[in-house]
Amino acid sequence: MKIQNRHFIALFALIIFTFSYSQNGLVTTSVVYTAIQFALPLALAAMVGVLCERTGVVNIGIEGTMLISAFSAFFIGAIVQDTFVGLIAGVVTGVVVGLLLAVMAVTWKMDQIIAGVIINIMAAGLTSFLYSQNYSIPSTLSPIDLPIVGTWPIIGPILSFHGPITYFGIVFIIGLWFALYRTRWGLRSRAVGEHPSSADTAGVSVTKLRYLNVTIAGAVGGLAGSYLALEAVGIFERGFTAGKGFTALAIMIFGRWNPLGALAAAIFFGLAQAVTNQLMIDEVVQIPQQFINMLPYVLTILILAISAGKVRPPAAEGIPYEKEKV
Amino acid sequence: MTEETKKRFSLGPLFIPFLSVFVALAIGGILVYLQGSNPFLAYRVLFSTAFGSLDGFATTLAKATPLVLSGLAVVICLRAGLFNIGAQGQLISGALASAWAGYTFVGLPMLVHIPLALGFGAFFGAAVAMIAGALKAYRGVHEVITTIMLNSIVIALADYLASTPFKEPDQPLTRTPKIQDSARIPDIFGLPMGFFLAVFMALAFWWMLRNTTTGFRIETTGRNKNAGLYAGISVKRTIMMSMLLGGAVAGVAGAVETLSIVGRFEPAFNAGLGFDGITVALLGRANPLGVIPAAILIGGMRASGSTVQFEAGVPPEVVDLLLALILFFVTAPILARFFKRKHDGVSLTSGWGN
Repeated sequence: MKIQNRHFIALFALIIFTFSYSQNGLVTTSVVYTAIQFALPLALAAMVGVLCERTGVVNIGIEGTMLISAFSAFFIGAIVQDTFVGLIAGVVTGVVVGLLLAVMAVTWKMDQIIAGVIINIMAAGLTSFLYSQNYSIPSTLSPIDLPIVGTWPIIGPILSFHGPITYFGIVFIIGLWFALYRTRWGLRSRAVGEHPSSADTAGVSVTKLRYLNVTIAGAVGGLAGSYLALEAVGIFERGFTAGKGFTALAIMIFGRWNPLGALAAAIFFGLAQAVTNQLMIDEVVQIPQQFINMLPYVLTILILAISAGKVRPPAAEGIPYEKEKV
Repeated sequence: MTEETKKRFSLGPLFIPFLSVFVALAIGGILVYLQGSNPFLAYRVLFSTAFGSLDGFATTLAKATPLVLSGLAVVICLRAGLFNIGAQGQLISGALASAWAGYTFVGLPMLVHIPLALGFGAFFGAAVAMIAGALKAYRGVHEVITTIMLNSIVIALADYLASTPFKEPDQPLTRTPKIQDSARIPDIFGLPMGFFLAVFMALAFWWMLRNTTTGFRIETTGRNKNAGLYAGISVKRTIMMSMLLGGAVAGVAGAVETLSIVGRFEPAFNAGLGFDGITVALLGRANPLGVIPAAILIGGMRASGSTVQFEAGVPPEVVDLLLALILFFVTAPILARFFKRKHDGVSLTSGWGN
């Protein structure tokens, strides 16, 4: 195996973790645990981007997908008084939004950026109109105490006791990486994203594959939204996705459109936020709350400014596919 | 009649926007009905409040003023193939800067103070937009993400500034002191003067796009970047120029709102004006003059939102819903397809890498 930059980064992270753990094990554990919770919705939302863009569809509507899915997950869960039904409702809503994007981007050949912005604005308008107070879900999705891993020293308390969507999400991301690089579906998807006319010549239906992947991506966006409403906080507020869908796009780019890369980038984001929070709690630094709130947005811009130009997006991204006329 | 004259006299370019508004109202009406209110009453209240009386219409024009300008901020960038979602942040930056100039300078004559405060607004609006413009031109970072992120950053920063260094002393609210009387934009004949300024700027941009070299560069870059490059236009500078103009207009939008309506900077008063600019721009078909009627319509709906709640029991967020539906129908080719018309959709320079 060739030694690469990422191996140095991993080694560096391990050294910092070991040092920090030797100073204060309890706080280090809680910071890393919190970082995973911050990272998960971002990582899942980044998968929406990866799925769409690898087949050549730009999805800037991740924010709206998450918002409206969180909305229906929370309110249907609250009306039926069953959190699991809410989860299903959230995912189904995501699928519907994904289909809408597919219709706009693939069938109608609309400008994909505008299509995504429409999804965001429609989600904001619809949820703020239908929003009402005095609803609550019976409980958040309960955390799972991992059987064997949970008893391990040091990493047990970090990895155990997360909610079901977290575990599913991590497995899904690894599975997506495998599917994208090791299966026929993945090869075809990437081919459609890079050079759709070649894929078409080889007998792959560009339209069908784009529909399929954008719809699956919608379901994943629904899951990310449901995570926020049902697992992370257990409430819904107007506009409460707070730009996570856009940060996810930066994470996707930072992770070079690779599921595992994006997961690593998301964990970096989560750690940055968790460490800042901890510093605030310990009163090591005195920063006004507004600047703390700015952190993810500033990081997003910085990361894009650094990584853009060095990474290459899928070649056919953003271009509606037109079959050549004979 | 030749094809050319037929085209000139047909309602072509107006057909889809009108139909979009109509269909959006119909669907919105169904949702209002499902929520348990009377949509006919709601719409009657909505439109009679906004357009039914002179006073009401003056309020509508006052609400439309920042929307004309924030709509222009989106249009000017759309023309260059850029999607400026950051009008909100640029507008807030301009509002805060003009409020600061409005209360800090004492003893200036009105003819100096108002343009100075407007200039502060334009400068700081443009400064925010330039960050996104420079990142797009020189690093290839997509402007949609940077402008959205800048919105959140500016909102947080303005909130900090208005709650700490620029805060009005001896009171609990997050707001700056009141602006001097010499900075207040007066009404003329009961109509807000800012509206005339906004209309003048719309005309100026329309003229600029048609008749100046800068306008030609912007239009060419927007239509085909490679053709522009081949013709010797510096695409980077054109991107910077259109973001600069867009940001400055958005900043003026915030300044006008501050200097004529709010009278100080108070974060909650500017919420959403920049985002409505996107709807205004696309409803006005990315045309600097089309922005004016679009802004009056949306300004009217915004102006009467609270009356609708009071008299028809419909939450004022119904306006958000209607605007979202209008936006969907005006941009998606669904109506054009149904009526077998050619839909000349707006197109941008897509993708992350360019």
